[in-house]
Amino acid sequence: MNTTAPAAAGFVTQTRYRKVRDRIVELVLLAAGLVAMLTTVAIVAILLYESSAFFEHVTLREFFTDTLWTPLFADAHYGIMPLVAGTLTTTMVALLVAVPLGTTIAIYLSEFAPNRVRETVKPILELLGAVPTVVYGYFALQFVTPLLQMIIPDLPGFNMLSAGLVIGLMIVPYVSSVSEDAMRAVPRYMREGSFAMGATRLQTALRVVVPGAFSGLAAAFILGISRAVGETMVVAIAAGMQPNLTFDPREPAATITAFIVQVSLGDLPHGSIGYQSIFAAGLVLMTITLIFNVIGFFLTRRFREAY
Amino acid sequence: MAAPMHESIEALRAGLTRRKLLDRVFVIIGLTVMLACLMLLAMLFLQLVRDGWPRFTTEFLTSFPSRRAEQAGILSAWVGTSLIMLVTAFCAVPVGVAAAIYLEEYAPKNWFTAIIEINVTNLAGVPSIVYGLLALGLFVYQLDLGQSIAAAGLTLALLILPVVIVSTREAIRAVPKAIREAAYGLGATRWEVTKDHVLPYSTGGVLTGMILGLSRAIGETAPIITIGALSFIAFLPAPPLSAEPPFVSFQWLSDPFTAMPIQMFNWVSRPDVAFQSNAAAAGAILLGMTLLMNGVAIWIRYRFRKKINW
Repeated sequence: MNTTAPAAAGFVTQTRYRKVRDRIVELVLLAAGLVAMLTTVAIVAILLYESSAFFEHVTLREFFTDTLWTPLFADAHYGIMPLVAGTLTTTMVALLVAVPLGTTIAIYLSEFAPNRVRETVKPILELLGAVPTVVYGYFALQFVTPLLQMIIPDLPGFNMLSAGLVIGLMIVPYVSSVSEDAMRAVPRYMREGSFAMGATRLQTALRVVVPGAFSGLAAAFILGISRAVGETMVVAIAAGMQPNLTFDPREPAATITAFIVQVSLGDLPHGSIGYQSIFAAGLVLMTITLIFNVIGFFLTRRFREAY
Repeated sequence: MAAPMHESIEALRAGLTRRKLLDRVFVIIGLTVMLACLMLLAMLFLQLVRDGWPRFTTEFLTSFPSRRAEQAGILSAWVGTSLIMLVTAFCAVPVGVAAAIYLEEYAPKNWFTAIIEINVTNLAGVPSIVYGLLALGLFVYQLDLGQSIAAAGLTLALLILPVVIVSTREAIRAVPKAIREAAYGLGATRWEVTKDHVLPYSTGGVLTGMILGLSRAIGETAPIITIGALSFIAFLPAPPLSAEPPFVSFQWLSDPFTAMPIQMFNWVSRPDVAFQSNAAAAGAILLGMTLLMNGVAIWIRYRFRKKINW
């Protein structure tokens, strides 16, 4: 009888120790989870802090209406529009490649391909998205541009067309994998209903599955846009780095991201207006991608809940 | 009943044939598009190997960058990349795995957890160059790390954190509830359940996430250009190990550096054609490493999925 008391006491202490340890571990893990939150806060804080200094020199009116972007010249102009135009143009070209290709692949993989083909092809396709972007830049400059110059003889060596095409190729696996997820979330009985009415696989895919997965497909395109807008190295290498207010993809131009790279390559003193300008450009970039990401986030959530 | 019966059956048959034909045509289109994409990937690799072929020598690996294309090499670049990856892995993996465990095993379902989750999703979509701006403002100037290996490693660690978290979470989620309940039933605490039962089963996912994350980090150029990596570095960082006590040194963390993608970008953007072949050779090595890492990740995922039978 007397021997169990210390043993029980030992058990109680040990249990308490284990509970305390559990609590400490939980706090450590929570701290790791908070890193994600702190990163977002830090990004927003840094962009706003450095941009606020920039906007002390430059009015918002000038920023959005001036048609020249020459922050590093003696005659400095701070109109973001040429950079936004470059970004939109390359993104449009990229979408013209990625949306048809990505959707076709997604329809094929989700509705036509046998399981084995899908399981084999998907990881290989994902590799397209894993290629370092600087390698894609080389490909655009040294392979795609010369190829295009055979078709369009007076195409300059730097142009937004080849950069956009290559970015499009790069985001194909991204668009196709999100679209395929959305299509596979369409319940089987809807397809079976369609087959029972005598529809072929293609008719079922186009008239039942695609409309049923519409919000998911929209999410795929929008997330694809956000990727293309944020893409940096391909445009920095293949599109030239001259701000140019044009929507003609055959011309060279700089995007928001390419401008940031260009400034970073030089040796700008900390706190100068040129230094601050890349944060203002970054803020615009972050805002654009954030808007698309938020829309995409809610659309994907919708297709996951729809059925 | 205007049209005679046999005519409408004819029409139906014709329509059916046409629809079946379209079905088959789409299969061909789908296959072609897919193969075309895969072919482009192969072509990309072959193009790099072909253009860079004359530079595949041991001198290329053991030489510093040079003003003469034929003498230039990637020694400082691959050493820099390896050291950066070391820092990145060392920071991103523990934090990412811990965050994933918290979100899957510990987090209560409330608005606070929802905010963390939305943050992880959002961070995965932030353009990499924005991480570069964060690093420039925060690490380089506010924390005064300078344009160092530590700053670059930390930047890339933040960048791949979502990849590690998402992959680990998927692996943890795949562990059946019954395993946890059995352990709880025997009186294990939550941490004991996680450490002794959930984590061992999730090793495959954790490894996959780590490798995929690092394969993304190894090719990232924009964020490290933004923090101001120099592309002409003709010396190596201080060695981490030495023969004299205290044997390990952390001087290399604060040394300036260059990295493979930076070196390649530098060569690509030179007008001199001779440097393009250097760029291609560096690109082929970089791409080869990325593809290899992705291949290993796919293989691990496949192996672990096959090995575990719940």
